[in-house]
Amino acid sequence: MALTFFRGLHTHSFLMYPSSFLSRKNGMLYCTMKSIRGQTETQEKSQHQLKVSTQTQSRKHDDIFKNFEAIIGIETHVQLSTLTKAFCSCPYNYGAQPNTSICPVCMGLPGALPVLSTKVIESAVKVGLALNCNLSLSSKFDRKQYFYPDLPKGYQISQFDIPIATGGYLDVDIPLEFGGGHRKFGITRVHMEEDAGKLLHTGNGSFSQVDLNRAGVPLLEIVSEPDMRTGIEAAEYAAELQRLVRYLGVSNGNMQEGSLRCDVNISIRPIGQLEFGTKVEIKNLNSFSSVSRAIDFEISRQALLHSQGQADQIVQETRLWEEGAQKTVTMRKKEGLADYRYFPEPDLPGVTLTEEYVDGIRCSLPELPEMKRRRYEGMGLNMQDVLFLTNDINVADFFDSAIAEGADVKLAANWIMGDIAAYMKNEKLSINEIQLNSHELVELISSIKGGTISGKIGKEVYTFLILFIIPLSSAIEHTFICCVVSKLILHLIIA
Amino acid sequence: MLSSAHAPRLVRFPSHCLLRPINSLHTAQSSPLPTTTAPSSQILTIRKSLLTKQTTAVDLAKSFLDRIRRTEPQLNSFLYVSPDDVVLKQAEELDNKIKNNEQLGPLAGVLVGIKDNICTSDMPSTAGSRILKNYRPPFDATAVRKLKQSGAIVVGKTNLDEFGMGSTTEGSAYQVTANPWDLSRVPGGSSGGSAAAVSARQCVVSLGSDTGGSVRQPAAFCGVVGLKPTYGRVSRYGLVAYASSLDVIGCFGSSVADAGILLHTISGYDKFDSTSSKREVPDFTSQFAGKDYLESKPLKGLRVGVICETFGDGVDPEVILSVRGAVTHLEELGCFVTEVSLPSFSLGLPAYYVLALSESSSNLSRYDGIRYGNQVLEDELNSLYGHSRAQGFGSEVKMRILMGTYALSAGYYDAYYKRAQQVRTIIRDSFKAALERNDILISPASPSVAYKIGEKKDDPLAMYAGDKMTVNVNLAGLPALVLPCGFVEGGSTVLPVGFQMIGAAFDEEKLLKVGHIFEHTLQVSSAVPPLVADELTR
Repeated sequence: MALTFFRGLHTHSFLMYPSSFLSRKNGMLYCTMKSIRGQTETQEKSQHQLKVSTQTQSRKHDDIFKNFEAIIGIETHVQLSTLTKAFCSCPYNYGAQPNTSICPVCMGLPGALPVLSTKVIESAVKVGLALNCNLSLSSKFDRKQYFYPDLPKGYQISQFDIPIATGGYLDVDIPLEFGGGHRKFGITRVHMEEDAGKLLHTGNGSFSQVDLNRAGVPLLEIVSEPDMRTGIEAAEYAAELQRLVRYLGVSNGNMQEGSLRCDVNISIRPIGQLEFGTKVEIKNLNSFSSVSRAIDFEISRQALLHSQGQADQIVQETRLWEEGAQKTVTMRKKEGLADYRYFPEPDLPGVTLTEEYVDGIRCSLPELPEMKRRRYEGMGLNMQDVLFLTNDINVADFFDSAIAEGADVKLAANWIMGDIAAYMKNEKLSINEIQLNSHELVELISSIKGGTISGKIGKEVYTFLILFIIPLSSAIEHTFICCVVSKLILHLIIA
Repeated sequence: MLSSAHAPRLVRFPSHCLLRPINSLHTAQSSPLPTTTAPSSQILTIRKSLLTKQTTAVDLAKSFLDRIRRTEPQLNSFLYVSPDDVVLKQAEELDNKIKNNEQLGPLAGVLVGIKDNICTSDMPSTAGSRILKNYRPPFDATAVRKLKQSGAIVVGKTNLDEFGMGSTTEGSAYQVTANPWDLSRVPGGSSGGSAAAVSARQCVVSLGSDTGGSVRQPAAFCGVVGLKPTYGRVSRYGLVAYASSLDVIGCFGSSVADAGILLHTISGYDKFDSTSSKREVPDFTSQFAGKDYLESKPLKGLRVGVICETFGDGVDPEVILSVRGAVTHLEELGCFVTEVSLPSFSLGLPAYYVLALSESSSNLSRYDGIRYGNQVLEDELNSLYGHSRAQGFGSEVKMRILMGTYALSAGYYDAYYKRAQQVRTIIRDSFKAALERNDILISPASPSVAYKIGEKKDDPLAMYAGDKMTVNVNLAGLPALVLPCGFVEGGSTVLPVGFQMIGAAFDEEKLLKVGHIFEHTLQVSSAVPPLVADELTR
């Protein structure tokens, strides 16, 4: 009996001292509840680091800052999680042994031809619609030509003058701790293209190797309007894009794995000036916090140059964010405009969408983060709660099904953001992996609300529920037994 | 007169009736006349003799291998010939199948030559380029796979101008193929090896590729049938790309029937080529089986348009006479012949070269020395690229890459590439309109007959001008059939003249029907060059 109960247990000691275990947990939970967000790792990290960056913004340049305005646009590459690569049937698995998922097509062998996976178009249409874009019912692919060893064909199949989607926007709610407020950032275009391979450099630098596993993996390039003004806004834009693609299920949006890559374009100008300053591109941004911090660094670097009368030293270039040194360094200066000699890809027919196809996809779109936020707001939740619950679609789904079963909105939100979130964080589990389901949470909440058990006991019942697959009634029973046992033990020790 | 009525029974090759051209317009009547064969299908003859056990696949294969051994030192049609044991083993397997009364594929025992820019997994595929020396693809082109599935035996890889860029095979990095009719002349190109091999009966049929006339011009130069299918009829998967929007795999045969049966085998939608057509492939092979054309006007009512722009300046008068003769013959067969003017015709050549070279500059980017092919080791990446490509590509290819790169460059794109695309649309529309009023259009296949090796080597513009009869068809994506229609005197020997019939998109069936009747009623149409004629008529 006991064995079945304790399946999947990580720590045993609490059985002897259940109360102490719970209080330790509760203490920790309390702390977490005070923090606004803390759901997924990325979010946690981002939020944490965003905070740091606001604090470390060099105050000495505050005055200089005030006189300048930054103009920021972001190019985001979203790797689509389709089963196959864009133009062949090879699968893509991050971290696979080099060159184990390649074929004549993605290796660019002579005579091999690309054949577009329709899933790529489906994903692009989903994202285009979710970003409120106009879809081109008739678009095409083009070749972007340049030489690099990770580009097997000597050209990248991309879209040039007729992207699949244009002219949209993305709604973003800025968290309260960063000033709050709602923003609408313009989307210039969304287009489909293929990824390149990877170069593996040897330790001594005497030679490099090419891994083509990633070559041909489908990407969406999403280009924003230069609508952002601060590092925070840019990071929140990127975070919202991540939420969006996860809600849509078109990408895992993982920045560390490179499934979501942001390149930032930034220029600054004295406030009141109409023309833009010289644009600098920043690459190698592997987290939302690095997006924010790199921008803040770059603004202060450029503002300082301006204030020192060295504005001419701001040149059009690509800069690399160095995470270790927390600064940007020159990667390459632009030597005139690169000529990619784009021309229509003759190996692929044009991409034609019918109204029915687009409507079909529009109807199948899930509730998107922005709609969810507005709905939760309408349910009376405050913005902090709303942002927390909508951050992860699985958490939102959990919450939604609890509400659908009649749970009290505020109580359900508190349980999810408090005890459950802390447990998930501690055990590094997602909400789909924990033992507790929304139905049990609803029962628990109503038991407390209905007075069957007290709030204190409720917390302990919850511990049983989240650790073991047992019905609520047994959990309540066992909570009482444990209380009795622990009191007995306590009594014996004292005696 | 008619092959089926007069043919003596023959085993290895179809009927050999020593026939004289009957066409009064023929210009070479005083020349030593070639041996001509009534062009019944070698494929059908082989099938019949295998099934009736008059011969075996092994004997058949041996005779071809013997002929290759004998003629190859003079011709150089092949870049690679499959070893005897490999060929004979396949033939033996077929013979066993016949012995066991198993089903035979439609091309069982047929020896096929494959142009070396078409990928074969069991043979090198160099595209005639040094940069792909010893390159062996890990896969068969779809067309090759279909051939093998239908029982054909691939006997070797035929010579070509590097990546298909040329009209003579002089652009091959390895060898120059000679014209079987006159060894001092070019076989045409770029599929010169495939044309020469069929002409000299080194193989039964062969595959070529046609981007701007690379099947049709060598067919005319070598006196064989060349068929350029509609763009999309045959999968390009495994065809080393020259200009993707123009490239098609085409067929060579010594008769229209052979070319048609070969096309039927390799046609059809292929999921590996999204530009291949899902259109059903009609069975246009049934019409080749022993039909007599005794009625006087078998092509009664067929509307034939003669493209008047193709009979003007720069075309040899003898070629014009010969093609006019063919037109007269079509009239005699009942066709209703009119002159058709395509004012945009002369725009085809410049538009073709801009588009083909632009696409080729991109298609050839993949030969960078990184993954396959020749790599020149250098410390610095750009020198590795530069030297690998400089040493790997021949001069014609380099010139075309440079011109194509130029045409696609920022600031020039609109003036060249975009303009050429507009011209292409005009040409396509004008052909479409002309083919609504006519069933087929007629022109010479080439402005001249085969010229001397080296004659145009240093004059690329003269060589490019030789493509003017054929490039429009590629721009319009249409099917075309080239047939021998006469001979002109060429010193000690005679040289074949070919004429071109252009059909509506995906209407290969009509071209083949007309071609089949044409060659069965005009006795000069299929010819064997003197090089192998003695042996074949013995």
